[in-house]
Amino acid sequence: MSRFALSLRMLRREWRAGELRVLAVALAIAVASVTSVGFFTDRVGRALSQQANILLGADLAVISDHPPDAAIEQEARRRGLQTAHTLSFPSMVARGGHAQLAEIKAVSPNYPLRGQLRSAQRPFAPDHAGGGIPQPGAVWLDERLFAQLEVQPGMHLQVGKSSLAAAAVLTQEPDRASVVLNIAPRLMMNLADIPATALIQAGSRASYRLLVAGEPRAVEAYRSWAAVRLKRGERLEGVSDARPEIRAALTRAGHFLGLAALTSVVLAAVAVVMAARRFMARHLDSCAVMRCLGARQSQIFRLYLIQFLLLGVAASVAGCVLGYVGQMVLAARLGSLIAAPLPQPSPLPAVLGVLTGMATLLGFSLPFLHRLKQVPALRVLRRELGPVGRVGLAGFALGLAAVAGLVLWQAGDAKLGGYVLGGLGAAVLLAALLALLLIRILSGLRRQASSAWRYGLANIVRRAGGSVAQVTAFSLGMLVLLLLTVVRGDLMQSWRSTLPPEAPNRFVINILPDQLQPLRDFFRARGLAAPALYPMVRGRLLAIDGRPVAPENYADERAQRLVEREFNLSWAKRLSGDNQVVAGTWWAGQAGAQLSVEEGIAKTLGIKLGDRLSYDVGGTVFSAPVTSLRKVDWDSFRVNFFVIASPGLLENFPASYITSFHLPAGAAALLDEMVKAFPNLTVIDVAAVMDQVRAIMDRVAGTVQFVFLFAWLMGFTVLFAAIAATHDERVYEAAILRTLGASRRQLLAGLFAEFAGIGALSGLVAALGAGGTGYFLSTKFLHLPYAFDYGLLPTGILAGAAAVGLAGVAGCYGVLRRPPLQTIRNNG
Amino acid sequence: MQAVALTKQVTSEGAPLTILDRLDLSVYPGESVAVLGASGSGKSTLLGLLAGLDEPSGGKVLLDGTDLFALDEDGRAALRGRLVGFVFQAFQLLPALTALENVMLPLELAGAVSARAEAVAVLERVGLAQRHSHYPRELSGGEQQRVAIARAFVVNPRLLLADEPTGNLDSATGERVIDLLFGLNEEHGTTLILVTHDEQLARRCRRRLRLESGALGDAANE
Repeated sequence: MSRFALSLRMLRREWRAGELRVLAVALAIAVASVTSVGFFTDRVGRALSQQANILLGADLAVISDHPPDAAIEQEARRRGLQTAHTLSFPSMVARGGHAQLAEIKAVSPNYPLRGQLRSAQRPFAPDHAGGGIPQPGAVWLDERLFAQLEVQPGMHLQVGKSSLAAAAVLTQEPDRASVVLNIAPRLMMNLADIPATALIQAGSRASYRLLVAGEPRAVEAYRSWAAVRLKRGERLEGVSDARPEIRAALTRAGHFLGLAALTSVVLAAVAVVMAARRFMARHLDSCAVMRCLGARQSQIFRLYLIQFLLLGVAASVAGCVLGYVGQMVLAARLGSLIAAPLPQPSPLPAVLGVLTGMATLLGFSLPFLHRLKQVPALRVLRRELGPVGRVGLAGFALGLAAVAGLVLWQAGDAKLGGYVLGGLGAAVLLAALLALLLIRILSGLRRQASSAWRYGLANIVRRAGGSVAQVTAFSLGMLVLLLLTVVRGDLMQSWRSTLPPEAPNRFVINILPDQLQPLRDFFRARGLAAPALYPMVRGRLLAIDGRPVAPENYADERAQRLVEREFNLSWAKRLSGDNQVVAGTWWAGQAGAQLSVEEGIAKTLGIKLGDRLSYDVGGTVFSAPVTSLRKVDWDSFRVNFFVIASPGLLENFPASYITSFHLPAGAAALLDEMVKAFPNLTVIDVAAVMDQVRAIMDRVAGTVQFVFLFAWLMGFTVLFAAIAATHDERVYEAAILRTLGASRRQLLAGLFAEFAGIGALSGLVAALGAGGTGYFLSTKFLHLPYAFDYGLLPTGILAGAAAVGLAGVAGCYGVLRRPPLQTIRNNG
Repeated sequence: MQAVALTKQVTSEGAPLTILDRLDLSVYPGESVAVLGASGSGKSTLLGLLAGLDEPSGGKVLLDGTDLFALDEDGRAALRGRLVGFVFQAFQLLPALTALENVMLPLELAGAVSARAEAVAVLERVGLAQRHSHYPRELSGGEQQRVAIARAFVVNPRLLLADEPTGNLDSATGERVIDLLFGLNEEHGTTLILVTHDEQLARRCRRRLRLESGALGDAANE
């Protein structure tokens, strides 16, 4: 007990003396970074498990792309279960001069079976539950749609062939697909109104849900009954597998943000090494004295170990509190992923955070504490004696293993973890090498500088090791921030500039065969060229060369989704200009039934030239060989198809038509007239979709930026650790310089030069790294020409120099306040 | 306390250099001995060996009948903690601890229960009752050395080793510190070995020895 009390007392003293603050701050930030992500993913995970039935709006849902058999529902009712129906599809909604694509959801009475709808009288008015569902003849819109259509409560809107009244604002819908993934705003209506709208025709793309709820055992029994009666295009979603899209997004976000958060842990390790080394250097004398006073080696080790453990726990707990605050920011940005309120997090992320903090602290400070106990007692008589040798990389094996373990665990996959470790190692190594090279160049340049700058730059060169560590830490944090701001903008810009200005900006789908000529006339009557109209038949891929196709045969998620859904098939005589045959030949004349497949999807699904594909279109099966593979320029924004059939194969199946055209700016009235004339058409605004995608990207980037903010803060912690490590030296130098007649101003200028130099070097390394990463991303992944943004260099250098320069001078200010005589006397 | 044929050799630039050459020394309980010598004569080496802080090349040191170098380093540390007190030229107080905590430290390291009461009593004895909660940097040189003396005596050592205890103090302060040191020495009946090059100070010891060419000679008649 007395040893613990002694450790505690010494810890308190060390804390007051400022010895351990950097260490504590580094740990707290690292733990905050890890736990903010941990708490957030934990909360969403708990919402998914505790409120799964609310998020489903039921205990079980039968989901299908066609109306479910009446027998399925009858059986549920026979078993005493409650049922409700929903039907969702995209459609145009119009009012006055506005036409807007909306995500329509038609619901039956009883909906939702679990959870509740909330609505408000007017946009931004307080909402309430218990209003049932929209009455027949009425619709509820979300706030976004109210704004886009400039509609007031009570006004009528055109939905298909019906005119319905906007009755209320829909504020919460338990089973809504996450807002993040939603492109179009919501319109909710009564299922009874659907036939009158004439929006649902054969071949329309819509999602049907039969919701079921009741006593758990009855639901389970019904599930078993239904599971074996599912047909193609039907699936069950229960509470244990509810919201797979959110679960997948959450898992991915958890891994990704978790890895991003670990950047701070890696940088914290640097700060811990610096601070622990200084702690060791400053405690050699104390240890020698204690050895003289009869302390055993193990006693000294334990004394300091207990101090560090106490400090680690306290700093980690503080980090958890910070992390809890941080997760609120994440929840505000990404919490709308689900409609249900997020429950409080479990304590598990805090435990993991504290463990991470302790592993970092002990892994990187134990080697120094171990050194400390080895100090010879004779040092009390001979100051020059100390522990021999340096702590090499091998000494940190424990710490490095801990960090590697954390990365692998966060990645949740050995391969990804390996890539991240490799990438992080390479990034650190590259940044360090670049920093070293730049410091070399700097040492040649300093002769040309003024005296203050010469002194400052000389300091960077003289403390090359510490300088490299600081530049590396800062540049990694800055690299990511530059990447997410400047480079991201550049890539968007360069992609947009590859699009021709007259590229189609509207897609029109759901055109019925008898509307082809009226639509052509509609365009001609307004002085516009009639757009090309392409037929579209929906068919399900049954087999490739006789082998039945099933989602479970594919490991790739995209492939699974593709075979589960119906394909859009088309037919054409000639190959269009943005297509290019890369294998086989395009048909000519009356060559018989053939198919041409886009090369990307062929690769995903494992389709080869010559394979026979079998499709089911509305119950009729046909098959034909693949005679060509095509490369498609999707950026042309023209209508294109994955699979095209030769003429004569599909003409007898029910088809709808699709087209794309360029709507000139200021011609929005055309759309309004078109929706009035052809209410069943769905117009997709490419620009609006792009805006949505960009908004989602901004939100994701903002979240990632927030996580990397911790890494950036950690850069400053490393800076302060480095300043603390050189504090005594600086105090002594400043005293000598002042004795030699240097003014305070000159000293300040010298200090600023040194830190601004470090910051400028970091900015340079970060700018080069961000530019290089941008080049890699655009050429390897996005296939876009990349022009290095020369603005990156001044941005990085100036921002780095200003931020680090000022922080450095602030950190050293105490050095200048000490009277030189006192300093020299103490060191004499 | 007895040193027998104590030898210390170091290798300097490849050539062996003998600092202590088969040195013999016997000090009796309660005796006070001054070891004089020029800078570099090996005074500090001798003191380090007598305290078991360093290992000799040959010979042995018996402390209260125990052969110091038959013990391992931790064993010697435990023995030091029980039997030996130190006073240094540079005081060597722990900067992070207050005056009182510095004095308590050796007792706490030995696992004593009433550390506080004993430390308070000794601090009172050295005249620093009012300075308990001051940190070393808030004390003058003389006060720091008095804290160091209190720390040395708090364990009731059988042997007190002092290395130039007045080296960092002006002569008037040094005088007062020395009075205190000898006063306590007498009260506790401690054996005192004092290393110095100050003849004035050496004269206050009962026996004076001079270290020269690795051997001790009588300096009483100089």
